[in-house]
Amino acid sequence: MAIEVRIPTILRTFTGGAKSVEGSGNTIEALLADLDSRHAGLRDRLVDDSGLRRFVNVYLNDEDVRFLGGLSAPVKDGDTVTVLPAVAGGMR
Amino acid sequence: MLTIARELLDQVIAHARADHPDEACGVIAGPAASDSPQRFVAMTNAERSPTFYRFDSMEQLRVWREMDDKEEEPIVIYHSHTATEAYPSRTDISYATEPGAHYVLVSTREPDDTEVRSFRILDGVVTEEQVRVTDRTGGMIET
Repeated sequence: MAIEVRIPTILRTFTGGAKSVEGSGNTIEALLADLDSRHAGLRDRLVDDSGLRRFVNVYLNDEDVRFLGGLSAPVKDGDTVTVLPAVAGGMR
Repeated sequence: MLTIARELLDQVIAHARADHPDEACGVIAGPAASDSPQRFVAMTNAERSPTFYRFDSMEQLRVWREMDDKEEEPIVIYHSHTATEAYPSRTDISYATEPGAHYVLVSTREPDDTEVRSFRILDGVVTEEQVRVTDRTGGMIET
């Protein structure tokens, strides 16, 4: 089973510079645990105690996983997961 | 140093003015590793707020994929401050996650004057840089 996971620039230190890595799992949660077993520390940048971190966008194919159940969103062979840190900021 | 065409800077300023008092935000894309801003892309501020901005997540996916397809990267990430100075705030610094980008801040707090400044933000450290404005032929207009 292979799911392509596209990694943003700022997280490539966890993947040895790779823009894209492969993983497996039936849900986003399982997939992230699988990736973390080979890229230690990556999961922690994406997940906190309450689930997917607020200022990280995770997409499954063309959709934001927030609308697909977040960590419990089902994934299957051939899916592409894209991670993009949110671009945000403000006055303070 | 940020080198940018007058026309692109004018588009950034016009966007900031049009969205005032909400914060405006966007990207200027350019060929990967060129450090040359070329393609202006105004983004929707999903927060629609006078004190906070955030790129809409689906729009960000579309724009980032488009840049990927064109072998571009975000050379400039800009946003406006509508009541404070054109300097990165604490939240601006914590959410600066494109290490190669020039972070351009625009302040629209004065109705008759728009402040534009550019910064690099790396590992939580802000460094201001000079902005070199060029005309259509690439000649320098002002710094």
